[in-house]
Amino acid sequence: MHALTHIHSKAVVLRGENIDTDQIIPARFLSTTTRAGLGQYAFSDWRKQADFAFNQAANAGRQILIAGRNFGCGSSREHAPWALADLGLKAVVSSQIADIFRNNALKNGLLPIVLDEAIVQHLMSQADGEFSVDVAACTLTAPQGQVHAFPLDAFARTCLLEGVDELGYLLRQEPAISVFEAARRADFSISPRTPQEPSHAR
Amino acid sequence: MPMTPDTAAHGTAVRARTLFEKLWESHLVVPETEAAPAVLYVDLHLLHEVTTPQAFTELEARGLSPRCPERCMATLDHSTPTLPANAEGKLPYASAASENQVNQLRVNCERHGIELFDMGDDRRGIVHVAAPELGLTRPGMTIVCGDSHTSTHGAFGALAFGIGTSEVGHVLATQCLLQRRPKTLAIEVEGELAAGVGAKDVILHIIGVIGVNGGTGYAIEYRGSTVRAMGMEARMTLCNMSIEAGARAGMVAPDAITFDYLRACPRAPQGAAFEAAQAVWSQFVSDAGAEFDRVVRIDAAEICPTLTWGTHPGTAIAVDAPIPLPQDASAAKSLGYMGFEAGMSLIGQPVDVVFVGSCTNGRIADLREVAHILKGRRVHPRVRMLVVAGSEAVKRQAEGEGIDAIVRAAGAEWREPGCSMCIAMNGDLVAPGQLAVSTSNRNFEGRQGQGARTVLASPLSAAAAAVAGRIADPREFLNPAAAEVA
Repeated sequence: MHALTHIHSKAVVLRGENIDTDQIIPARFLSTTTRAGLGQYAFSDWRKQADFAFNQAANAGRQILIAGRNFGCGSSREHAPWALADLGLKAVVSSQIADIFRNNALKNGLLPIVLDEAIVQHLMSQADGEFSVDVAACTLTAPQGQVHAFPLDAFARTCLLEGVDELGYLLRQEPAISVFEAARRADFSISPRTPQEPSHAR
Repeated sequence: MPMTPDTAAHGTAVRARTLFEKLWESHLVVPETEAAPAVLYVDLHLLHEVTTPQAFTELEARGLSPRCPERCMATLDHSTPTLPANAEGKLPYASAASENQVNQLRVNCERHGIELFDMGDDRRGIVHVAAPELGLTRPGMTIVCGDSHTSTHGAFGALAFGIGTSEVGHVLATQCLLQRRPKTLAIEVEGELAAGVGAKDVILHIIGVIGVNGGTGYAIEYRGSTVRAMGMEARMTLCNMSIEAGARAGMVAPDAITFDYLRACPRAPQGAAFEAAQAVWSQFVSDAGAEFDRVVRIDAAEICPTLTWGTHPGTAIAVDAPIPLPQDASAAKSLGYMGFEAGMSLIGQPVDVVFVGSCTNGRIADLREVAHILKGRRVHPRVRMLVVAGSEAVKRQAEGEGIDAIVRAAGAEWREPGCSMCIAMNGDLVAPGQLAVSTSNRNFEGRQGQGARTVLASPLSAAAAAVAGRIADPREFLNPAAAEVA
C-alpha cells in the first residue's frame, strides 16, 4: 500500500443513497482469484447509461467520490474498494459509510470521509472545483475554501500516512496472542476440535 | 479451566454486562486504546471460495502460514452449480473462472491443512447453514468469515461478523483481528406472532422500522418473548439479516432451545464435555440491568407477512399495505427500477420467478413451510420456482420427509445445495425485467441477474406467490389443520 498524505483533485458525484457494493461491483465479476484490474467492472450496470458520472470525460482521473448517505452497504466484498482504488479514487465522501466497506477501504489506501449531510450536499455542488485533503490533519478543504474536519481513527491514520497495513502490527502481538491461547487451550466449549469428536469419515 | 465471561476480564463479576460485552471482553488479547484498536481473538474462521483466494496469495507472498488451521473450516457454496453432474461426471460450472476459483480453494486448503467440505461431501453447504448444523457454531465464540451474513451465527450467542479479504489474511496469519468496539443496540420484540408470520417477516419489519442504515456502528441483541419463542432456525434468519440494517453483528442469548439444538449436532462436545460446555455457554447472556446504548421496542402483534417494494431491504411493508409515496430521489429511483407506483398494492403483481433458499431461508424449517403450501397445489404456469436446500444435510432431511416429492409434484425445481439465485454467481439467474419473489436477503438492483427485480419475502409468502402466479397474502394459503407450521 502506498502512503497517502494529501489528495488534490476535483470530485465525481453520485447522489444516490444506499449505494451498495453489488452496484460498486456486481457479483458476476467476483469469480477472480486476484485483486488487480477490477476498475473496469466498477459500477458496470450503471455505466450502460451514457449520462452516468463515471462515463463523463470531464470526470476522468478524479480521485474523490462524493456519494449519498450509507455508501458501501451490503456485501462485505473487498472487491468494491479494490475496484474503486483501481479507478484511481483515493477518497470517498459521504454522510454515512457502511462499517465493513469503511474497514475494507482503509486497507486499500481509500480514505473514507464522513461529514454532515448538509456539508456533503454543499460539496456536491462544488465538485468541479479543486478539493484538497490533508490526511495528517484530517481536514478536507472545499474549492470555496471552507475547511471541514473529519473523524479518522488514529491507527488507520498512521497506516495511511506510512503506507503500512495492519498485518505487521498484528504479527508483533504474537507474545500476547500466545499467552491468550495458552489460557484457553483446555476450553472445549469454544474449540472446533474436541477429544470426543468422531473421526471425519466421509 | 474454561474461560468464562465472568473471569475473563475482571476476575470477579461486579457490573451488569450485556451479552455483547461478555463476548467482547472474553476475547480481548489486547484492549483497545485511543492509539490502536483492540486485538480480538477469533475462535472460528469460516472460508469460502469467493473471498479467500487473494488472502492466501497475500499470506504466501509474505512467507506466512495459517496460525490455527484447526480453527478454520472451508466450504464451497457461492460459485457451485445447483444442477447435478452430467453423464461424464462433470459439474456444470457457470464459467471456467468459477471452476478455477473452486479449485483454488481446494489447493489452498490442502496446502495449509484446512478442512474443506468439498463437492460430494455430505457435510457441504452454504457456510452459514453448514457450520451451525454441524455444531461448529457455539455460544461464547467469536466467528468471522469473508461474508457479511456471518451475523447468522449470532443466533447461538456468538459474536459473529463479516470481514473483508485483507482481514481474512489477518485472521489466517494471527487468529486475531483489529477491531474498534461497536455500540450496543437491543431490539426487543414482545408478543405472539400471528399465523402466517415468521422470523423473516419479523426481520424485514425491523429493518423497515430502523432503516437500512439503522444498525450501522452497532452490534444488535434480539430480545423479548417473541425471540425466546423462536427455534434456532428462526433465530438464524433473524440474525442473518442484521447486516441489512447496517449492523455487522446480531445475536440472541443462548437458552434451553439453543442447548437442545446443539446436543444433536455431530461436532458439538459430547457427554460430560457437553455438560461442562453448557455451564460455560449459559453465562453468555445479558445480565439483568445491563445497559444498551440504544433500545428499540417492537410489538409482535403489529407484524404482518412483510415484503419489500424497492431496491434495498429497508423498503419493507405489510403484504396488504399500499406502496408508500417516495420520500426522496433515491426512493423514486428504486420505485422506477421495480416498475411499481406509489399507492399500488404488492398483492396481485405478476411473478415470473420464485426462489426458496439461501443462508436466510434455506433450512429445514423453511422448506417445511414451503411444502405446507405446495402440498396438493401446482406452481402457476407463468412461474419458474427453484427450491434450493441450504446444505447437503438439509437436502437429505427434506428428502427423508418427502418434501422434494411435494416440490417436484407442484412443478418446482428441486436443486443441489448452494447460494444459487441469492447472489446469482453460479448461473442461476433471474432474466432482465423479470419479477422474482425470493426468500434471500438482498433486493439490490441486479442482485439476482442484470435488470432482475427482487421482492424479498418469507418462505410462506414465496410459496403463496408461486401458486398464485402473483404476489399473494400467504395467510390465505395456510392449511388450518397444520397451523403449527406458521
